[in-house]
Amino acid sequence: MEMAYFIETIIKIVVILLVFSGLAGIGTYFERKVLAFMQRRLGPVNVGPFGLLQVAADGIKLFTKEDIVPTNVVGKIFKIAPVITAATAFMAAAAIPFLPSFTLFGYEVHPIVADINIGILYILGIMGVGLYGPLLGGMASANKFSLISAARGAAVFISYEVVTGLSILAPIMMVGSLSLVDFNEYQADGITSWIVWTQPVAFILFWIAAFAETGRTPFHLIANDHEIIDGFGTEYSGMRWGLFFIGEYANMFFISFVIALLFLGGYGDGSFLGAIGLLLKVAFFFFFFLWTRAAWPDIRPDQLMWLCWKVLMPIAMINILITAIVLM
Amino acid sequence: MFEAIAFYLFAFLTIAMFYITVTTSQALYALSALAAGMIFISAFFFILGADFLGAVQIIVYSGAVMALYAFGMMFFDTTRDVKEKQGNKAIIIGLSSLAALLVVVIVSAPIVGNNVEAFYPMVEGAGNTQEVGMVLFTKYLVPFEVAAVMLLVAMIAGIVLAGKKMDLSLTLMSDSELMNMKEEDKKVNV
Repeated sequence: MEMAYFIETIIKIVVILLVFSGLAGIGTYFERKVLAFMQRRLGPVNVGPFGLLQVAADGIKLFTKEDIVPTNVVGKIFKIAPVITAATAFMAAAAIPFLPSFTLFGYEVHPIVADINIGILYILGIMGVGLYGPLLGGMASANKFSLISAARGAAVFISYEVVTGLSILAPIMMVGSLSLVDFNEYQADGITSWIVWTQPVAFILFWIAAFAETGRTPFHLIANDHEIIDGFGTEYSGMRWGLFFIGEYANMFFISFVIALLFLGGYGDGSFLGAIGLLLKVAFFFFFFLWTRAAWPDIRPDQLMWLCWKVLMPIAMINILITAIVLM
Repeated sequence: MFEAIAFYLFAFLTIAMFYITVTTSQALYALSALAAGMIFISAFFFILGADFLGAVQIIVYSGAVMALYAFGMMFFDTTRDVKEKQGNKAIIIGLSSLAALLVVVIVSAPIVGNNVEAFYPMVEGAGNTQEVGMVLFTKYLVPFEVAAVMLLVAMIAGIVLAGKKMDLSLTLMSDSELMNMKEEDKKVNV
């Protein structure tokens, strides 16, 4: 029994790793295409049909490029920083139920690696640790732009953890559990029981904070091309830079799963339609990340701090108070 | 068996990380090893089945060490070694060994004397988070509230200390206004 469980877990881990590393690659293709169509361009068209093989071309380029470690950098930290970003993104995925449990060849499969009863806390904690990657990469790079990016990374981390934590506190109080599976059960009675209807404020706040956690465009300050080059990634080349990239895209997918599971009913009653519904919701949130990037400019660091401490945090606190009064 | 493997692995990793933290003269190594050590400690909570405390350990300490990084960034060039003033090595080693020995004696004394008892036995059917809440809001309510008040005091003190000229926005000021402000500051300081 023990051995079967062990093998099952390892297979799940390998499948998740492969699927989401692949998705990260295809995600870049979608990002380019979506951005291109929104800006009246064509995007990648030359490699393969509709430019689909561009992903493979990028992969070959990243793998074969010379791996440069500049002089004056703090070698070990510089080398380990991209691994932290990629590894923590996948570690966070351990507590996410990707699909409802299904039967495969007469064997019941739960598509979650570890069903721990504090799933959300674990996911948010590990995703937070993921910001150590940009921070360490920036500080070890011996480059002023990278250092600015690292400083911004620390600031974003410390402030937006507060908003994510406070905004999901209200739904957690309603459900009375920290497990994503319990969240899903709570909303299993169809669209009317979704938490987004009872907690719209928390939903919006968490969504905004998700952009900061993943470092996507209105809050893309830690690698803002037009003022600090590529921020923490300036000195990186080849696959080390690629690992940062995989981490960022995997994080986008995982946070989309978390939003859909927390607020939008997840996979519902666990039927086939419910599973398709979850994937569609995730696809929408991923698309929304790209959409915002095409439609919005980046904001300034001081505006980011203003938004966090003077707008989002008070709203989150008021939301918790009102939820608590109603629940009493 | 897995438990034993995991325990010894993480015990070794934690001690190795904290050893690096103490001995290295490179600020970035020290901070990163500290963060890694703090995160490895959470593994012990997970092994003991205290999932909630494990996750809290990760969240709290990764944030706290992140603040240390920010200070490191402000005080040192973190890509260079820090020159430390080495005092008498014998005194340092002697005192730290003594302190370590004392900690071991203090912690192991009740275990050797078979004197450890749980005042609040596990409640059947309550989850990990609920257990922590029950103890925190009954037996340890006063320390909990005192800690909250202390944090509030620290926050207000921080705002008072850092909050000079909070009503001015440096971003919106013109250059001449900025220069004027600098001149006035100089006069006050002189």
